[in-house]
Amino acid sequence: MSAIEHIPEFGSPVDNGLLRFLTCGSVDDGKSTLIGRLLFDTKAILADTLHAIEKTSLRRGMEAVDLSLLTDGLQAEREQGITIDVAYRYFSTGRRKYIIADAPGHEQYTRNMVTAASTADLAIILIDARKGVLTQTRRHSYLAHLVGIPHLLVAVNKMDLIGYDRAVFERIRLEYLAFAQQLGIKDVRFIPLSALNGDMLVDRGDNLGWYEGPTLIDILESAPAAHSASDERFRFPVQFVCRPQKADDPLLHDYRGFMGRVESGGIEVGDEVVVLPSERHSRIKGIQIGGRSLPRAVAEQSVTLLLEDEIDISRGDMIVRGDARESALVTRRIEAMLCWMGESPLDARRKYLIRQTTRDARALLDEIAYRLDINSLQQVAAGEIGMNDIARVSFKLAQPLVVDRYAENRATGAFIVIDESTNNTVGAGMIL
Amino acid sequence: MNAPILDPVLPLRPALDHLDWLEAEAIYILREVAGQCSNPALLFSGGKDSIVLLRLAEKAFRPGRFPFPLLHIDTGHNYSEVIDFRDARACELNERLIVRSVESSMARGTVRLKSADESRNKHQSVTLLEAIEEFGFDACIGGARRDEEKARAKERIFSFRDEFGGWDPKNQRPELWDLFNARVHKGENIRAFPISNWTELDVWQYIAREGLALPPIYFAHIRPVVRKGNLLQPVTDLTPARDGDVIEQLRVRFRTVGDITCTAPVESDADTVDKIIAETATTTITERGATRLDDQASEAAMEQRKKEGYF
Ligand SMILES: Nc1nc2c(ncn2[C@@H]2O[C@H](COP(=O)(O)OP(=O)(O)OP(=O)(O)O)[C@@H](O)[C@H]2O)c(=O)[nH]1
Ligand SMILES: [Mg+2]
Repeated sequence: MSAIEHIPEFGSPVDNGLLRFLTCGSVDDGKSTLIGRLLFDTKAILADTLHAIEKTSLRRGMEAVDLSLLTDGLQAEREQGITIDVAYRYFSTGRRKYIIADAPGHEQYTRNMVTAASTADLAIILIDARKGVLTQTRRHSYLAHLVGIPHLLVAVNKMDLIGYDRAVFERIRLEYLAFAQQLGIKDVRFIPLSALNGDMLVDRGDNLGWYEGPTLIDILESAPAAHSASDERFRFPVQFVCRPQKADDPLLHDYRGFMGRVESGGIEVGDEVVVLPSERHSRIKGIQIGGRSLPRAVAEQSVTLLLEDEIDISRGDMIVRGDARESALVTRRIEAMLCWMGESPLDARRKYLIRQTTRDARALLDEIAYRLDINSLQQVAAGEIGMNDIARVSFKLAQPLVVDRYAENRATGAFIVIDESTNNTVGAGMIL
Repeated sequence: MNAPILDPVLPLRPALDHLDWLEAEAIYILREVAGQCSNPALLFSGGKDSIVLLRLAEKAFRPGRFPFPLLHIDTGHNYSEVIDFRDARACELNERLIVRSVESSMARGTVRLKSADESRNKHQSVTLLEAIEEFGFDACIGGARRDEEKARAKERIFSFRDEFGGWDPKNQRPELWDLFNARVHKGENIRAFPISNWTELDVWQYIAREGLALPPIYFAHIRPVVRKGNLLQPVTDLTPARDGDVIEQLRVRFRTVGDITCTAPVESDADTVDKIIAETATTTITERGATRLDDQASEAAMEQRKKEGYF
C-alpha cells in the first residue's frame, strides 16, 4: 500500500525502480521491530492494521504498540515473540517501490533466511549494540555475501539501551569491518539506530547528533537495484514449448514457440543462436509476448522465441547467442558452495536431484572439499554436511547442465538440491 | 576465500518498470507451473485478481491454449454480475471452465453448515479439495497476494499442501531464487501464486494499463446497505435487513468480491479505473480490513483457514 504523499521530499521525483531488501542478524536484534518502525514512520501502515496490532499488544500486556507484530503474522510467532519464517511487506515512496523480507534470526530457521536473501538486492544486518558481533551475525553476513547480495548495511540497533554511546558504535564497526575484510566484502556501510524509538530510520531523532551519515531511508532510496542482471551474455533457459497445432490455421500450423525468461543479456530478431547442450544452431525469427511481436528482448523479460529452423528443443534446454557460446559451460560435474538445509545430513551414498535453471539432473556427491567454520572462517575437513552447514563440494551429474559461475551469473550459476524421497528442497548451491 | 562476489557496479535505473517486472515474474511463474506440473488448474472466480491472472496467462501462453482448465469453487452465494462475467470471460477466451459448488458438497454431506445462514465461505476448502481429488490436480494457481493478509505475507510462491490440503506455516519448503520446486507425491498438492508480490495498487494499475474489463460491482454504484460496526453490509436476499437495521442507499464499490455473506463494499464515488487508482493510493484502510467479515472473526482466521486447505 502506498504512502506517496507522506514521504519527505528528496528532490526530483525520479523512479529508482524496485528494491528488494531483507533484514537479518541474530535473534532479537530487532529486525521485525525495525521493519515495523520503518513502515510506521513512512505512514505505510494503514489505520485498521495499526488498530489490530494495538489491540493485540494491549491484550499481551505490553505498554506500547509492538511493531514487530506487523510482520510476525503467524500464531506461533506471536505466542513466542520470535520470527519463524520470512514475511514479505510492500511499500512505496515517491522514489521507488520496495519489497521487504523480514528474516528470522534463530539458527534453527537459517534456511528461511537464505530463502529471503536469495532474491534480495540489499541486506540490512542488525546488531544489538549491547551484544556486538555474534555467531549468527557472522553466519547471516556470510550467507548474504555468499548469495551475492552486493550491498550490506550494518545497523547497530538498540542504541537507546547504551545511552547512544558513539564509542560502542565505533567499536562494533571496527570489529565488523575486520570480519568483512576477511570475507572480501567490499560494499558495507554502518548506521546507528534505535528501531524502537525511530532514531535514524526516517527521522534523525535527537539522540544521535554525532552521526553525520544518511538516515536508513536515505540509504534505501538511493541504493542501486541489483536485479538488473549485470551479465551481458544472453542466456535463455526454455521453460515451456508452445505448439498450438491448429491444423486449420495456416499461421499456427507450424508454430513452435520457445517460452522462457531472458536471464541475462539481450536478443534481437536475426541474431544467431546456439541451443545447448545439443549444440544446434539457428537464427531468431521472431520474439513475442502473448502472440504480439517485439523487435528485441532484454534481461528479465518473459518472452517467446521463434527460430528459423525446425530443431528439437524442449524444457531444460538453454538458448544462448552465437557469439556467447564459448562462455557457457556444458558439464557433468559441478563444484559449488553449498548451504545444506535438510534435516538429515547430505548422504554420499544417495542420489539427489539437482535443479538448475529449468533443468533437472540426478546427482551424486563427489567430494567435500571443506566445511566452513563460521566463527573463524577456517576451512575445516568434513566427512559429513549437516543442517545449516556451508561447505565447498562437488557433484557428479547423470545429465549435463549448462552453467556459468554464480559470481558471473546468478541465474545460471544457482541450483537447488531436492531429496526425492520427500520432494523437499534440501540444499542451495552456487557454482564456482 | 573463493566465495562468489558480484560486481557491485550496477545500473540504478532498471530497463523494466515495476509493472513490467511484476508481469514478467508472473509469466515466469505460470510457465513454471505448466512446465513442472502434469495437471494444474487455475482458480478463476471472476474477481479482479483472477482477472489479472487470466491476462497474464494469455501473455504467457498465447497463441496456444492455456495448459490448464479454469476452476471455480462456487458457494452459490456470489453476485450474479460476477458469475455472468466469469462465464463470459471463459467463453471469450475459449478456455475450459470447471465449476464445482459448495451446494453439491452439502448435498453429499461433506459440508454441514452449523445453521442455514452460516457463511459458506470457509467451506469452499472442502469443495476445492474434492475437486482436486476428482480431477487429480497436482497444482492450483491462485490470485492471492502477500499484501492482503499477515498469514499470506508468509506464504511461499509455490506453497506445498499435504494430502489433507493443509498448509504447515512452521515448516515450509525453502524457496531459493526463482528455482521453484513443485514436486509432490500423489495426493499432495501445490498452490502457486503468480501475483504474490503485487499490491492492490499494482493490480489496479495493471488493469488500467491492460484495459481489462471487470464486473460492474467494482465501480461506484448505489446499493442498499446497513452499517455493521465499521463495515457496510449489503442488503440482499441472503443478507436481509434485521429488525432495527437502518437501510441506507449509499454510493459504494467493492474492493474485493467473494461470497455475498462475507464481503462488504466501501463508500466511494470512484466509477472509473483511474478514480479507483487515485483512491487506492490514498486509502487509510487495507483491502480486507474494509471488506471482509470472515477475517475479522479472529486474529488468525486466515492462517487457520489455510491450514485447513483454503487457497
Ligand atoms: N530498547 C530497544 N529495544 C528494541 C529495539 N529494537 C527492538 N527492540 C526489542 O527487542 C525485542 C526483539 O525485537 P524483534 O523485532 O522481535 O527482534 P527480531 O530480530 O525480529 O527477532 P527474531 O526475528 O526472532 O530473530 C523486542 O522486545 C523489541 O521491542 C531498540 O531499538 N531499542
Ligand atoms: Mg523478527
